[in-house]
Amino acid sequence: MIIGKVIGNLHSTINHPFYDGKKLLMVEKIGTNEKPISGYLVAVDHAGAGIGETVLILDEGTGARQVLESSDGPVRSVIVGIVDEISETKAP
Amino acid sequence: MLIGKVIGTVVATEIYEGMTGVPLLLVQPLAKDGTKKGNAVVCADGTRMAGPGELVYYEGGREAAMTLNPSFVPVDHAIVGIVDGVEAADWKEGAV
Repeated sequence: MIIGKVIGNLHSTINHPFYDGKKLLMVEKIGTNEKPISGYLVAVDHAGAGIGETVLILDEGTGARQVLESSDGPVRSVIVGIVDEISETKAP
Repeated sequence: MLIGKVIGTVVATEIYEGMTGVPLLLVQPLAKDGTKKGNAVVCADGTRMAGPGELVYYEGGREAAMTLNPSFVPVDHAIVGIVDGVEAADWKEGAV
């Protein structure tokens, strides 16, 4: 899983039927210091996240389909949690 | 998924069985501010409704083929939806 920050919403009416009624969010990937690292992705929201929140993203197809209760949905990225805190232990 | 802009079409008459009739579109990946990022990729159009000039979101990897029927086809990028609007602080409409 990766950590990201929600930076925007994406609206769509014409889409694959699997995406009907699914909320899509733009998420910027961030490092452990909560600073952006390269790239963003568009993920299906399954945690009720909003803009500005730090989230946990699952970027793997089989798990994503399990979360969204589908056997054949063309989905890979799904927001599965909202992060409260990240603490990194420094290497000795 | 990533956001991209359809910049052209690709036609292949001789193609893997199961992919005949599937529209192939040239998609320019976009960064989070709506500017170009990297090189264009060929996407199968899972919506069958996208066309040049449109903003789309596409899936990469094994999941891309799952937009199609049959889904056991050699496809690694596919358009899953057409973007109506993006609401993001960094996003600049029409940057490409």
